[in-house]
Amino acid sequence: MKKSVLLEIEQLSKSFGGVHAVQNVSFCVRDQEIVAIIGPNGAGKTTLFNIVTGILPPTSGSVLFKGMPVTGKKPYQLAALGITRTFQNLQVFTNMTVIENVMVGMHTRLKTGIFSAGFRLPQVFKEEKQALKQAMACLEQVGIAHLAFEKADILPYGTQRLVEIARAAASQPSLILLDEPMAGLNPQESKKLVDVLLAMRNNGMTFLFVEHDMETVMAIADRVIVLDYGKKIAEGCPEEITQHPDVIKAYLGEEEGASC
Amino acid sequence: MKLDVKRIHTGNAKWSLLFTVLLLGLPLIFSTNNYLLSTLIMVGFYTIVSTGLTLLMGYAGQISLGQAAFYGIGAYTSAYLTAHAGVSSWLAMAAGAAIAAMVALIVGIPAFRLREHYLALATLGFGIIVFTFFKEWKGITGGLNGFFGIPPIQLFGFPLQTDFQFYYLVWIFALIGVLFARNIVRSRVGRALLSIHGSEIAANSLGVNITKYKLQIFMISAVYASVAGSLYAHYVTFINPDLFGIVPSIYFLIMVVIGGTGNVWGGLIGAAVYVCLGELLKEMVPMFIPNAGGEFEIVFFGLLLVIILIYMPNGLSHSLSKVLKRVSSTSRHRKEPILVAENENAGSVGGEH
Repeated sequence: MKKSVLLEIEQLSKSFGGVHAVQNVSFCVRDQEIVAIIGPNGAGKTTLFNIVTGILPPTSGSVLFKGMPVTGKKPYQLAALGITRTFQNLQVFTNMTVIENVMVGMHTRLKTGIFSAGFRLPQVFKEEKQALKQAMACLEQVGIAHLAFEKADILPYGTQRLVEIARAAASQPSLILLDEPMAGLNPQESKKLVDVLLAMRNNGMTFLFVEHDMETVMAIADRVIVLDYGKKIAEGCPEEITQHPDVIKAYLGEEEGASC
Repeated sequence: MKLDVKRIHTGNAKWSLLFTVLLLGLPLIFSTNNYLLSTLIMVGFYTIVSTGLTLLMGYAGQISLGQAAFYGIGAYTSAYLTAHAGVSSWLAMAAGAAIAAMVALIVGIPAFRLREHYLALATLGFGIIVFTFFKEWKGITGGLNGFFGIPPIQLFGFPLQTDFQFYYLVWIFALIGVLFARNIVRSRVGRALLSIHGSEIAANSLGVNITKYKLQIFMISAVYASVAGSLYAHYVTFINPDLFGIVPSIYFLIMVVIGGTGNVWGGLIGAAVYVCLGELLKEMVPMFIPNAGGEFEIVFFGLLLVIILIYMPNGLSHSLSKVLKRVSSTSRHRKEPILVAENENAGSVGGEH
């Protein structure tokens, strides 16, 4: 049984002047799937990612989310629709505690505006209580509930990444995009993160991620999309990808070039 | 572990309440000391302005070097409407606030496309423009000669004229302002503001409409400044453009930095330190440098700003709240072991890596 398509990318292209960073890339992500985008440096992964998350507008092509066109929508609008992300170079709010970080993640699910907040209307208090409880549940999901009231900036790198993931999950999105989630993590931290991601997927979450660490890609991806020079050169399950001649060529170079 | 909303917020209601009672009780003891009362009334005006500015700077992380413009808009609106148009002082105050908010919105839309130094320059330019308006729009503001004869504020038909009465008026406004700010900070909106300060790109991707919140909080800070300006106009009954130029804007900024940008009481502390040091300087400096003019003040506060930024980047309120926390924790040390255990636990997780 095929699951429904969540994210559909159609003929997406992006040029910076004469540089064609992404060229006619199409693929889709289905519900509860973990899809990895890989490729050598400069292959256009980050550009593709930035287009999908609304940071860059595409030159042409479109992005559909749940069948709706979302091309060119701003990141905060995408978050309200159910797409959130994490960042390669951590973007944890270091001026807040862990739990507050996660509560920012719940922004789209809460309602308090500036006046109801200022006058502290009764529903605000109720909402805060509810939000705290749900944020705590998000932290439990990634196993760092005991750090809830610590300042985020004192935590080790790997734990901060877990904070980012809990924060991204707090808005109960349908899709989370992870930008190199394993970057900078040691083996234990990576292993923990893999477990967390797989557990979240089993609870119904969908992930699209960019990653360099092949071990992780092979371990968790259901499908892998390979980019090279802005073009999609292969797509398939991890086993197929490792055997794919174009992928081997992109990563290791051609026979003649391999000698250097 | 008990899950309580109070655990997120580090403020201590007991100290705040004690301080409020002290503040409101003070004039009953010193009711005849007009010097003290008028000094504290000035602290009150500045508290209102700098509390609004603290929301903008300390929480949303945006700068405004034109806050005195809003202070002036409030003052001149109140002055003109009450003296020449016969409007009630409360209505005039509301009109001033509405105009300030509108101006903030119009200025904010283009200005908040900028960041940091550029935003600082844009708001500085805005301050200069408004100052020029105050100076040149003589039909309304009286130009450099100033605006005379602003009537006292009326409360249920009674004019509030003595320092004793005005003290309560100002401080009730100031405390409501602090409370309003505190409530904003401890909510979804406060977290959104902090997240903008922390990382705009992350805030944006989590669903925070950055432009909207920057504009909203800029407008709120403009309303704070405008209300303070209205009260000030009724208090001094004479205003001139120099009170609302660039230098006052910079002093507001200094107050916020001295007080600390991460605490809603920061504005009050900064305003108190600024006014008290200013009074002290007026006494002390002529003793050492007989010919010194008003310039020494800006030199002194400039130096103070640099020193605070180097040694106390979080401001006085941060240091003060640490001291208060230590005082209250010694009085209930029985709770300590639980906290220590939790911290050790946290430490061991950190230590694994």
